Amino acid sequence: MDQAHGQQHPIRVYLLIWALLFVLSALSYMVDYLQFQGLMRWGLIITFMLMKAGLIVAVFMHMAWERLAIIYAILLPPGCLLVLIGLMAAEADYTLLSRLYFFSQ
Amino acid sequence: MSGKTLQDMPPGLQGLVHDWASDKDAFKEVPWGKAMMWIFLLSDTFIFSCFLTGYMTVRMSTSEPWPNASEVFALTIAGESIPLILIAIMTFILISSSGTMAMAVNFGYRRRRRPTAALMLATALLGATFVGMQAFEWSKLIEDGVRPWSNPMGAAQFGACFFMITGFHGLHVSIGVLYLGIVALKVLRGDYEQRGNYQNVEIAGLYWHFVDLVWVFIFAFFYLW
Repeated sequence: MDQAHGQQHPIRVYLLIWALLFVLSALSYMVDYLQFQGLMRWGLIITFMLMKAGLIVAVFMHMAWERLAIIYAILLPPGCLLVLIGLMAAEADYTLLSRLYFFSQ
Repeated sequence: MSGKTLQDMPPGLQGLVHDWASDKDAFKEVPWGKAMMWIFLLSDTFIFSCFLTGYMTVRMSTSEPWPNASEVFALTIAGESIPLILIAIMTFILISSSGTMAMAVNFGYRRRRRPTAALMLATALLGATFVGMQAFEWSKLIEDGVRPWSNPMGAAQFGACFFMITGFHGLHVSIGVLYLGIVALKVLRGDYEQRGNYQNVEIAGLYWHFVDLVWVFIFAFFYLW
């Protein structure tokens, strides 16, 4: 098997990502430890989460070196989930409002 | 596979159209096992997303206050209560295991049999540690009176979400430990050496990194939110 076949990359890359994941995890833990609240808290949690997820998928799972055909086949379908989340958020809001309305009577 | 090599095929968007429009295989240079593992992981993404979306729905719609995860998962160490400390340690253990797994895949492609197997077994050991700590966390919460249908801290839905989501994730880790153990033994036995192909190590790695990936989302949405 020649070099082009396997996903072979310098070890340095993995060590760097590993260290970055540690730092990002520590940072997201600090968000809770320092008791950030409100928009600041959500923003930081989501940012660190997406950065960690991106690093894992791109480097550890080698997506960054795959061809677009498989990248799109795997990474686009989860986009549908945004629709599900939107629908369920609207539904949850409605349920909460009805509960507050009827339970207070 | 066709006689064409990767260098002869167009890259980027043109490559996307070329690959999908070609006969037989759309995923060029991706072994079948790896493509199937990716598709399995995609389906698993939807399962975990359904759990997390369900959690979002019940959390948003309950009129009871949601228990404060920071306090629920605090541990008292040396007389001081540290919030979420057990979960933080579990997170670091799982990330470390992802690191050792990535190194194992790397050594596999370098045809280094012993370091590959050793790193995979280290990964499995870290995974088993994670499951052990989760068992400790579960027993602590059950002791505190948390049940899938009620808990003393607030909204009843908390327990159902907690046991369902972390339980399903823990099951994935446990299966991963077995899976890695089996592949590590095959590495040691020289199966892949004979075939001259360490791809199965990378496929096992994909599964393991996915388990870590799911934990990233659980950590953010369930424990930190």
